[in-house]
Amino acid sequence: MSNHAQPRPINSPFWTPGVFVMLAFMAAAAPFILARYIKGLGFVTNLTDIYPWGLWIGVDVASGVALAAGGFTTAALAHIFGRHHYEAVTRPALLTAMLGYTFVAVGLFVDIGRSWAIWKPAIFWQPNSVLFEVAMCVMIYLTVLYIEFFPIVAERFRGRFPMVDSLDKIINKLMWVFIILGVVLSCMHQSGLGSLMLIAPTKLHPLWYTPILPLLFLTSAISLGYPMVVVETIIATSSLKLDREMDVLGPLTRITLLLLGIYGGLKIGDMLVRGTYVYLWDGSAQSFAFMTEMLLGVIIPWCMLWIPKVRKTPGLLFTAAAMVVGGVVLNRINVFIVGYQPPFAQHSYYPAIGEILVTVGLVATIMFLYRLAVTFLPVLSARRKEA
Amino acid sequence: MNISRRFFMKTSAVAVGGAVSAKAGTAKAESRSRAPADPFGCLVDLTQCVGCRKCEQACNEVNHLPEPKVAFDDSRVLDCKRRPDQNAFTVVNRYYPGKKDEQNRLIPAYAKIQCMHCQDPACVSACIVGALTKQENGAVIYDKSKCIGCRYCMVACPFGIPAYEYDQPFTPEVRKCTYCFERISKEGGKPGCASVCPVEAITFGKRDTVLALAKDKIKKDPGRYINKVYGEEEVGGASWMYISEHPFEKLGFLTLPKKPLPTLPETIQHTMFKFLWAPITLFAALAGGMWVFNRRQMTGEDISEERGADNE
Repeated sequence: MSNHAQPRPINSPFWTPGVFVMLAFMAAAAPFILARYIKGLGFVTNLTDIYPWGLWIGVDVASGVALAAGGFTTAALAHIFGRHHYEAVTRPALLTAMLGYTFVAVGLFVDIGRSWAIWKPAIFWQPNSVLFEVAMCVMIYLTVLYIEFFPIVAERFRGRFPMVDSLDKIINKLMWVFIILGVVLSCMHQSGLGSLMLIAPTKLHPLWYTPILPLLFLTSAISLGYPMVVVETIIATSSLKLDREMDVLGPLTRITLLLLGIYGGLKIGDMLVRGTYVYLWDGSAQSFAFMTEMLLGVIIPWCMLWIPKVRKTPGLLFTAAAMVVGGVVLNRINVFIVGYQPPFAQHSYYPAIGEILVTVGLVATIMFLYRLAVTFLPVLSARRKEA
Repeated sequence: MNISRRFFMKTSAVAVGGAVSAKAGTAKAESRSRAPADPFGCLVDLTQCVGCRKCEQACNEVNHLPEPKVAFDDSRVLDCKRRPDQNAFTVVNRYYPGKKDEQNRLIPAYAKIQCMHCQDPACVSACIVGALTKQENGAVIYDKSKCIGCRYCMVACPFGIPAYEYDQPFTPEVRKCTYCFERISKEGGKPGCASVCPVEAITFGKRDTVLALAKDKIKKDPGRYINKVYGEEEVGGASWMYISEHPFEKLGFLTLPKKPLPTLPETIQHTMFKFLWAPITLFAALAGGMWVFNRRQMTGEDISEERGADNE
């Protein structure tokens, strides 16, 4: 643990060119969000009665939830399984999860038709609905994430507000409850997200429709957690010119070998059991998307991570981890968009420019807020690189 | 399917806390049908339909829908296949299934489509707030005061029926055939389309009665009908049923499984969350693990040494 300083604010200048690029993307998204609230969803999206869900559900929500998995997987490792060595990455992972889930909610707020009614599932319970389960878990988990993040904010302002200090004390005493709750809720809704498509067996392509879809979503989210931490840590440390923390990241991806192996095994096993490999060679967009997902997102990075050199070289490690992350994102896009083949479709769905810009804008906002948070709050513990 | 479901139950139980014991009888814990016992039904005899679109017109008037761009007596709209939308809850399409008349011209066949009012509707099971409900009289109706506009019902519907007001910025509604719920709730009331059909292609009554009528018709005139009542078993049965002289797939009807679509997701959901056993077990297991792992560390075994292996 001696390698790491205590987490502290970065104290680098905030207004860098990268920050302005993010602001530009955010500004580009704003008019489309505005237009959606003036002219309706049909004005800015390519959604139709045949394709009611598009990019915003497939990427902003489904992928966003998966990408936030670093939060609960590192918390489980460092706090529950006692691998305190990994604590250096729990705070940034927690921040990513908190921002990610916040923007899942923001994405939903834009996507659902009656944004002002977003609170209604909390009152009108419909426990047969998978979406209800997902919504409740996400709502509670978002609250848990804010509670878990509170001590980090309190630490920054320690001694200045007695109220904050005493609240911080209470939260710290109960922290173990929130940490475990966070893991439980994550498992529940990560799998629940996979159950969403089980109601549409005739619409989802057989390469993805399987009764074990919830289990696949859960295992893929878990195996994505550490690669996501690798990706964000390497990006953050390089852009902030900090030490790369390879002594934490390398071992983390060794665990990924096991987790990603389980996911890949389930996925291939499921394909063999259901005999859906017959669709692999039919030359359709779906077969291509499935092969890309499996090869680039699971099999190749898994093989790469076996090589010790890959786990020790930042560039190679980043590549492998980014492939895993991309693979899971592609999987969510495939399940919710590419593999969604409703009857009566005249042509397939492709996101409108407005949908794409809103998604890009939301991602830019997450990165902007991440940058803001690590600059002013004690999140990162990596040391400054000796120049 | 069965094998893989059991496989899922087992594996997920292991994944979620290892409490396998409670899972022995999951195959039987399948969620039961919530279909109403004695709903109304509509039987459409496609051999009688002449494509006059009077049913569309009646539907438009009864539901106070906006006037269509093309008048209801203009049969040119039949040249392309239409779907029900936010302003038309039922549409008639024309098909040429292959039969020819004496002059060797293809004979058209017509099919009216609308919400099927499934016995175990996927949309109702999917709806996050219960804005869609299956009524005792068979109607699947929509309550806009609960709806949040998530459109999961549209993803769930196997028939592709619910339409959406994509042009409404704040108060869009999910729109579809209501089975004329208000009208059929009154004694002797019929849906608009059924009451107006000039050739009596639509028979309205109790579902059991019209289903028996359908089977009777097929039995009495096997040369006229193919031996199938569409809607009897599709996704667990629907309140709208059809008989035809042509195979249904030639008239735009989908081939669908017999099992109600909510069965699988609801079975998984209710098995995992019954009395919240799975999350509670997982919580307990993690709390136990947390106690063990952190106690062990406090007693001096330095776990962080384990990482050393990778640093060589």
